[in-house]
Amino acid sequence: MIFLPIVAALFVPMLFRKLKGIHTGWFVLVVPVLLFGYYTTFLSTTMDGGHAISELQWIPSLGISFVSYIDGLSILFSLLITGIGALVVLYSIFYLDKNKEKLGNFYVYLLIFMTAMLGVVQSDNVISLYLFWELTSISSFLLIGYWFTRDRSRFGALKSMMITVFGGLMMLGGFILLGIMGGTFSIRELIAQSSTFINHEFFTLSLILILLGAFTKSAQFPFYIWLPDAMEAPTPVSAYLHSATMVKAGLYLVARFTPIFAVSEVWIWLVTGIGLLTLFWGSIFAVKQTDLKAILAFSTVSQLGLIMSLLGAGAITFHTNEAIFALAMFAALFHLINHATFKGSLFMIAGIVDHETGTRDIRKLGGLMSIMPISFTVAFIGSMSMAGLPPFNGFLSKEMFLDSMFALRDFSLFNFDTWGIVFPIVAWIASVFTFIYSFYFVFKTFAGKRKKEKLPLEPHEAPIGMLLSPIILASLVVVIFFIPNVVGKWLVKPAVMAVQPYEYAHPSEVAVTVSAWHGFASPALWMTVGVIIIGALLYLSLSKWQKIYSIQPDHLSLNAVYDATMTFSEKGMNRLSRFYMNGLIRTYLIYIFAFVSVITLSVLFIQDAFVVDMSSFTEVNSFGIINAIILVLGVIFILFSKTRLGAIIALGAVGYSVALFFVIFKAPDLALTQLVIETVSVALFLLAFQHLPKLSDHGETKRNKLANAIIALGVGVTVTLVALSAHSQKLISSISQYYIDTVKTEAGGGNIVNVILVDYRGFDTLFEIAVLSIAGIGVLGMIKLRLAKKEDSNENK
Amino acid sequence: MKTNDVILQTTTKLVFFIIFLFSIHIFFAGHYTPGGGFVGGLLTTGAIILLLLAFDLKTVQKALPFNFTIMTGIGLLLALGTASGSIFFNVPFFTHAFDDFTLPLFGVTSLHTAMIFDAGVFLVVVGSAITIIQSIGGDS
Repeated sequence: MIFLPIVAALFVPMLFRKLKGIHTGWFVLVVPVLLFGYYTTFLSTTMDGGHAISELQWIPSLGISFVSYIDGLSILFSLLITGIGALVVLYSIFYLDKNKEKLGNFYVYLLIFMTAMLGVVQSDNVISLYLFWELTSISSFLLIGYWFTRDRSRFGALKSMMITVFGGLMMLGGFILLGIMGGTFSIRELIAQSSTFINHEFFTLSLILILLGAFTKSAQFPFYIWLPDAMEAPTPVSAYLHSATMVKAGLYLVARFTPIFAVSEVWIWLVTGIGLLTLFWGSIFAVKQTDLKAILAFSTVSQLGLIMSLLGAGAITFHTNEAIFALAMFAALFHLINHATFKGSLFMIAGIVDHETGTRDIRKLGGLMSIMPISFTVAFIGSMSMAGLPPFNGFLSKEMFLDSMFALRDFSLFNFDTWGIVFPIVAWIASVFTFIYSFYFVFKTFAGKRKKEKLPLEPHEAPIGMLLSPIILASLVVVIFFIPNVVGKWLVKPAVMAVQPYEYAHPSEVAVTVSAWHGFASPALWMTVGVIIIGALLYLSLSKWQKIYSIQPDHLSLNAVYDATMTFSEKGMNRLSRFYMNGLIRTYLIYIFAFVSVITLSVLFIQDAFVVDMSSFTEVNSFGIINAIILVLGVIFILFSKTRLGAIIALGAVGYSVALFFVIFKAPDLALTQLVIETVSVALFLLAFQHLPKLSDHGETKRNKLANAIIALGVGVTVTLVALSAHSQKLISSISQYYIDTVKTEAGGGNIVNVILVDYRGFDTLFEIAVLSIAGIGVLGMIKLRLAKKEDSNENK
Repeated sequence: MKTNDVILQTTTKLVFFIIFLFSIHIFFAGHYTPGGGFVGGLLTTGAIILLLLAFDLKTVQKALPFNFTIMTGIGLLLALGTASGSIFFNVPFFTHAFDDFTLPLFGVTSLHTAMIFDAGVFLVVVGSAITIIQSIGGDS
C-alpha cells in the first residue's frame, strides 16, 4: 500500500491534461482518504501491541528488501501522513488555481512525497528507509521550488536540499555502521540484539551520524536554517511538509532508534540538549519575524525542539523506572499529534490570509477579525493551543513537557544533577516566548486597526472549501483536549510501547493518564501560570523591546554562516582548481614526472629495495664505452642545441648509436629495424621541419628551467635506480630457453626473434600493425581534413 | 629554382631496385636469418623515400600507382585472415601450420603460414609509412 500514491502519481498528468474542467485535486484526494481508511483498520491490531508485516523482496542477496512494518509508532505517523495529506489536498483544491497553476506537477510531487513519507515510517529495512528518506528530500526540493521562476524559491529549495541531503548521507553512514555491528539491516533484528552494541567501536560514531540525519531533517539547531527559507513553497506544501510530516521524519527516526541507542549517555544528552536549545532558539527568533509563514516556520522549529527534548528525556526510562520519564515519552508522541493538528491549521490560515489580502507581512495586516471571523476563530484556537492554554490540546502536552523537564533536575545519572537545573529554566523561558509569538501571530493579524491602504487586495472571508480543512484540524485541537485518554489509548500508548519495547508487554501498561488538572501541588501548573503572567506582560510591552533583535547583525547569523560556507566552497574550489589546472601541458608534465619519481623513490626507500649486485653484470668492452660516449654526447647536444636542425641531426646520431648498441649486444633484427626506422623518422622530421616555427624558449624563466632540470634529474636517477635494482634481484629465471629449444620443432623457423613476432606472440604483432595503420590514417585524416577546412573558410570569404 | 639532378636521378633508378630486392630478400629470409616483414617493409619504404627525394611526389605516384591506404587495409586483412584461418581447422586462434614441399622451381622448400602473416605486416608497414610521408609531404 505504500506505493499506492506513487502509482497514482503516474496517472495525474493524464488526468490533468484530459480533464481540464475538473480540478485535478479531486482525483488525488481519493488516494489519501483511501489510505487513511486502510490504515485505521490496523488500529485494533496495534492497540494490543501487535504488528503487521508485509514484505517485498528487492535485493535479497544483500539482505535488502521493502518491509512494511506497522506497529504503534508507524501507524501513528501513517495516520498523520494520510489524514493531514487528505486535508491538505482538499485545501489545495481551493488554494491553487486550476487554470493558472501547473497542477499536474504539483500533485505528482505531492504523491511522490506521500509514498516516500509512508515508506520512511513503515520501513523495517534501514536501506529502504534511507531510500525513502532521500525521496522525501527530493520531492520536498521539487515542491519548495514549485514556483521555479522565483529566485527565492530556487534558493530555498537548494538550501533545504543541501542540508537535508547532507544529513541523509551522514545517516546512511550510520546505518551502514549499524549493519556492520548487527550483521543485518532489519531494524527489528537490530533492536533485538542492540544490547551487544554498546561496547562496539562503531557505536558512538553511528549514533552521531544517525542523529545528524535526524537533526537536519527535523530542523534542529543549527540545521534549522533551511526551514524558514522553505516557506517559499506554496502554503499547502508548507502546511503538509514543513509542519506535519517531513520535519517529523527526524523525530520518527529518533523514536525508532531509541531502543538501540538509549543505553548511551551521549544519545540522551544530545537529543535532550539539542532539542531544548532548538526550542529556546526557535521561540526567541519567532518573535523577530514579520512574515506570517516565517513566524510559523520558527515556531515549528521550536516545537520540534520541544518534541526532540521530550524524546531524549523519555529515553532515560532505559536507565531508571521513574514514571515521570515514561510520561516524557508519552508527552513527546502526544505533542507530535497535537502539533500536527494546530500547526497544520495555522499554516492553512496563513495561506488564507495571504490569499485573501495579498500579503503575509504582519506589519501590513491587522483588524481582520470582523472581516474574516471564521479564519480568526481557527487561528485563535491554533495559537492558543500552541501557547499551551486550556482548553486546547497544546495545554496538555505542554504541562507534561514542563513536568518532565522539571524532573530532569533530580535525575542523578550521567551528571544530570549538576546541570539539570538548566533544563526546566530554559524550557520555561522558551515557553514564555512561545506564548508571546502565539499571541503575536494571531492578534497582530486579526486584532487592532485595519490598514486598508496597505493591503493589495480587498480582504474578505475565504470560501468554505478552503476553510474546511483548517476547521477540521481546529476542531480536533479542541476534541483532543477533552478526550486525551482515548487518543492515548488508541494511538499514543501503542507508539510508546513501540519506542520502548523492553519496558512494556502491552500498551495498557503504559501508566499515563492525561488529565487537565493536576492539583496545586504540580510544579507545571505554577510554571504555566508564570508563563501566562510574564508572557502577557512581555507581549503587551512588545513594541518597547522588539528592537533588541536588531542588535544582532545580519552577518553573525547562522544563515550568514551557511552563505559564507557556500560561497567559500564554490570560490575556494574554483581558486584551487585554477591554481593547479593552469592549462599548460608543461605544468601537468611536471606534476606527472615529479609524482612518478617521488612515489617510486619513496617506495624504493621504504621497502629498502635498492640492491646492486655487481656479480650479474657482464664485462664491458671498449666498443661499448666508445659508443656510450657518442650517445651521451648526442643527448647533451640535443639538450643545448639552439636550432631545430641541429637537434634533429643529433637525434639521428643518437638513434644510430643505439643501433650500434644492438649490434654490440648481438641483436641483428633490432639493429636493422632501428637503423631503418631512424632513417625514415629523420626523413619525416626533415619533412615537417619547414612547417615548424623557430625554436623558442617559451618564455621560461631561469627558475622554471632549474625546476625542470631538477625534475629531469630526479626521473633519471629514479629510473636508473629501479633498473639497477631490478637487474640485481630477479625472482624467477627467464623463459627464453623454451624458445631456443622449440623454435625448430614447434615453429619451423631459425630466427627466434622473428618467430616470436609472428608465431609465439603473433597477437602483439597483429595489434602493432593495427596501431601503425591507425597512425597512418590519423596523419592522413588530420592533414586532409585541415586542408578541407581551409578551403571551406576560403570559400566563405 | 630547378637544378639538374641527372646524376642523382640516374643513380636512384639503379639503387632503388637494389634496395627493393634487398628488402624482398630480408623479408623472405626473416624466418631463418635476421629480417622479417617489419624490416623488409621499412626498407621498401626507404627505397620509395629515395624515389621521392630524387623525383617529386607526382612522378612517384605515377610510377607507383598504388593506393597506399588500401594497401594498409589489405595488409591488415591478410594478417588477421592468417590468424583466424586456424580456427577453421579446430585449433586455437593464431596457430600456424608449416611443412616442407617440393616445388617445381625451388626444390624442397619449407612453407609456413607465418609467411602470409609477415606479408601482411610488410604491406601495412609500407602502406602506412608512405601514407604518412605522402600526406605530410603533399601539404606544402
